Formats: sequence, C-alpha cells, structure tokens
Amino acid sequence: MSFDDAYQALTDHDDDARWAYGTGFADPLAGVPTALPDGVDGADLAAYCLMLGDDALILSHRLQQWVTRAPELEDEMAIANIGLDLLGQARLLLTRAGEAEGAGRGEDDLAYLRDAPDFRHVRLVEREDPDFGHLIARLLVFSTWRLALLDRLATSRDPVLAAIGAKGVKEVTYHREYAAGWTVRLGDGTDLSHRRMQDAIDAVWPLTGEFFAPHDVELRLATAGVAVEPASLRSEFDAVLTEVLHVATLDQPAPVTVGRTGRDGEHGDELAAILAEMQELARATPGGVW
Amino acid sequence: MNEQAFTATIDKDQRIEPRDWMPDGYRKTMIRQIAQHAHSEIIGMQPEGAWITRAPSLRRKAILLAKVQDEAGHGLYLYSAAETLGADRGDLTRRLIEGRQKYSSIFNYPTLTFADVGVIGWLVDGAAICNQVPLCRSSFGPYARAMIRICKEESFHQRQGYELLMTMMRGTEAQRAMVQDAVDRWWWPSLMMFGPPDAESPNTAQSMAWKIKRHTNDELRQRFVDMSVPQAEALGVTLPDPDLRWNAEREHHDFGEIDWSELKRVISGDGPMNAERLANRRRADEDGAWVREAAAAHAAKRREATARERQEVPA
Repeated sequence: MSFDDAYQALTDHDDDARWAYGTGFADPLAGVPTALPDGVDGADLAAYCLMLGDDALILSHRLQQWVTRAPELEDEMAIANIGLDLLGQARLLLTRAGEAEGAGRGEDDLAYLRDAPDFRHVRLVEREDPDFGHLIARLLVFSTWRLALLDRLATSRDPVLAAIGAKGVKEVTYHREYAAGWTVRLGDGTDLSHRRMQDAIDAVWPLTGEFFAPHDVELRLATAGVAVEPASLRSEFDAVLTEVLHVATLDQPAPVTVGRTGRDGEHGDELAAILAEMQELARATPGGVW
Repeated sequence: MNEQAFTATIDKDQRIEPRDWMPDGYRKTMIRQIAQHAHSEIIGMQPEGAWITRAPSLRRKAILLAKVQDEAGHGLYLYSAAETLGADRGDLTRRLIEGRQKYSSIFNYPTLTFADVGVIGWLVDGAAICNQVPLCRSSFGPYARAMIRICKEESFHQRQGYELLMTMMRGTEAQRAMVQDAVDRWWWPSLMMFGPPDAESPNTAQSMAWKIKRHTNDELRQRFVDMSVPQAEALGVTLPDPDLRWNAEREHHDFGEIDWSELKRVISGDGPMNAERLANRRRADEDGAWVREAAAAHAAKRREATARERQEVPA
C-alpha cells in the first residue's frame, strides 16, 4: 500500500512553534531574571502573585465550563482562547508566587493543594454564569480592569511581573474587545437580549467594588514599585465602561463600595464546588505523574 | 465546464473547485461527507471536553483546552468547505441535532478516566489521521486544503496523547492500570472507525472513481494496526486481541474479527452516549438562539443606519 508524501510530512517534529496559547514547551519568560528585586518582601510578592494568579485561574475555570455550550462556533473558539490565555497567565503567576515564597511549591501545588480560604481572587470570578449575557458582562468588567492593571504592571520593578504584564496586555486587549462587541450586540439587538444584558450588568456590578479596594499587600508593594495601586485603575475602568454601556444603550449602575473581600480569603459557596471539580482527580491520585 | 471537463480534471488528478460543473451525485456526496466530518469534530469536543475542568495538572489542562479548541476550528473550516457547495451551516446543524446526519460513532463511547484523554489522542486521533491523510489529495479543492491543516493539527494531538500515556506509565501502579483499561475499551472501537469491511461498503467504488476517497476501508484499517502494534509495545500495554500477530508472508499483522453488530448498533443510534451527545448539542443550540437572534437584529439595524446615512449624504 503506498501512501502520500503528506503522511511523511506529519512526522516532522519541528513544528511545535505553531502551538500557541502557552501550551507549548517553550518558556514564555525565558531570559527574564527571577531573583527578587532589592527591598521586596518575598511573602508579600508571593501573596500578590496569588491574587492576580487566582483571578485568572478561577475565571479560566468558569470559561472552561462553557466549552461545547457556546451560541456559535466562532464564540466556542473565542471563549476557549480567552480561557487559555488566562490559564497561561495563572501558570506564570502561580509559578512566580512559589518562587517568591521559597518553600518549593510549584504551580500545581498551589492550584491543586490549597483549600478555599487560601485562595485570593476577587469574588467576581467565582460566580456561575446563568446565561451567555452574564459571561459577557463579567468578562467586560474583568478584562477592562485587568487590562488597565497589566498595562501598569508592565513597568513593575519585578522583572517577572513586568514580563507577565507586557505579555498579558496583548491578550487581554482582545478579551475586552470581544466582550465589548457582544455587550453592544446584545444591548442593541432585541428586546429580550437588551433585558438580559442589562440584568447581567446589574448582577456583576456590585462585585466590581472589590477591584479598587486596596489590600495592605498591594499598598506596600505599590510603594516599592512592584505592584499596581488598585484605586489608580478606577478612572480608566469608569471611562471605558461608560463608553461601552452608552453605545450598548444600557444603564450604568451606581458605584459600589465593599468591606472584606476575596483578597482576604472571603469567598462564596460557589468556590467549594469549583475546587471540588478542579482538584478532585489531582488529589485522588497520590504520587501520580501527569 | 461540463461533464467531459469534470472527468478530465479527475483523470488528470487535478482539483474540482466550487464554481466548476460537477455531477449532482458528486456534490451531494461531498456535502454529506464534509458535513459528517464537521459534525464529528463538533460532537468529538464533548468526550474530552468533559475532562478540561478536572485535568490533574495545569499543563495538561492547557493542552487539552487547546486541543478541544482546535476541534472547534476544524468544525468551522469544514462547515465553510461545505458552504462552498451551497450548503448552510445552520441547516447542517439542524440535520445533526435532528439525527438526520451522522457523525463518527467513536464519540458515542464514554470517557471514564483521564487516561481516556491520552488514548483518544493516540488511537482515535491516530485512526483519524490514517483516514484523513489520503483526503489531503481528495479531488474537491476546499476539502483537500482543509484536510492538510487538520491533519497537521491532528498529528500534534496524537503525539500529545501518546506523551500523556508515556508519562502515566512511568507513574503509579494505579495509573498504569488506568492506561491499560482505557486501551482495552478503545482499541476495538478505533478499528471500527474505518467503517464496514470493503465487501459491505456500498459507497466505496464510486468514491474511489471520483477520487474523493483514495484507499479502501480495509487497507486503511490494516495500516492503522501495523502502525499501532509497535507503539503499544513501546508504551508497555497489551492490545486486547488474542489473534493479533505478525504474518511474515503478508508482511502485515493479522488481527481478530471485529464485532460488526456492535458497530451497526452504535451507528444506528444505540451506543452508550448517542442520546446524551445529541442532547448536549441541541441544548447549546437552543440556549444560544437568543444570542444569534440579537446579533442578527443588531447587524440589520447597522445596515439600515448605514443605508440612511448614504441617502442623506448627496453623492
């Protein structure tokens, strides 16, 4: 039986570079120095990396739950793509958290072996999306905030955070564009979609207050030139949201303030279900290698 | 172009393009084959997609999510290729969820453990590659071109699946048992992916004449068996077939009789997961209807607004 040359071409093993989205074997931080910058507390830096890493990890999990459920194939691809980008950011940040902590924990130890009170993400990322409008509303507020944050993080004194920020800006620019596009389509589309999009914005809005509530770790590291001061992101966030909601003919809810937050380890019941799903297999196979 | 030109193009091993004249039977066969292939990619996202949120390491999670995303991409190229023949993606999706068009029966088996993710990559994607590489030379241009890209990505998935299994085989006893169990469950269904034996394959002769298909089902199945045996040895697993052995005379492996009644049962809709796979696809389609309607309504408003502006501005 003779087969085509194409078959031989498939056995070329040098095409790994086309494998995008952080799943390849190349280290996206290759060449970036990993020593802690002078005068930076390792425990603080570890805590900060967990905050930003957990935001990405948990939202990625919620997006993974949409796989095979999207309204169109193009959205199937977009949602998976955004989930992959955030998973890639989470991996880099958790790895950096482990390095800064100095106790030998890697990305998987931190993702799979911590319990709920040790997670540091904002509560917005935990909630389940009742429909596609909620997915979009959450992604809109999250990516608008995170783009502003990563953009400033790109000038961090920590070279690893600076590299993560610079890489993430390109990714999250697309996430925000995707979410804004659907916010406008749904807001402007039909009476039903307008109502659902407004309900979704109203539902996620109270959770946006956490974005700007400063945590002591963030403030200390901001003073040291490593972290971004949360309150500094508010004006960009407000300007973008006002513009997008206006074009989408949606009402902007009133600003909110918050007390204790996910940054302090305060979480809702939904996190328990997320962790049960995410961690079950890893914990059920002691000594397993994957 | 007319029938003579069509035949001459086929005879010269050149491509038929969407605007060329083609016999109705060729068009119908191509639409059916491409649509079934597209449906298989989309339904095929489900068995592995179920493990993304539970993947036991972040690296495996990323690899799996990227793979399932690739499958959505393959579905998209293929539906687009079918649309060049006059088909409509929405209509093809309705045919799928109403059970009027088929998808590969392999996806009607359940994925019981994480080892299934690796075995699907190794055996199911491996079988798909054997089937699909010759399609890169299919006579219909858009399909052949889509297949080149798809085959490259599938071969990447196969290597990743095999690498996962290799890693698990170096792990604990429980992990090795998990891999063997998954191989036991997927081996025979993988052999069935090549379709009925040549003697009972009604469409093969015409498809070979039109160069839509380049090798018979049994030729491709043999190639797959010959390719898989040394890979199983390197992995350290046993393929569940007592009759599997090298035949020096034929220079191929002999293998046992396939349970064709099982294939017929699964194809006709009685596999373990048929109902659930279609119900999931139907639910996603129904849940997304309001979103698609909103997008269409928004686009229509934009078109009207643009038309009004053009009228208001004197040329």
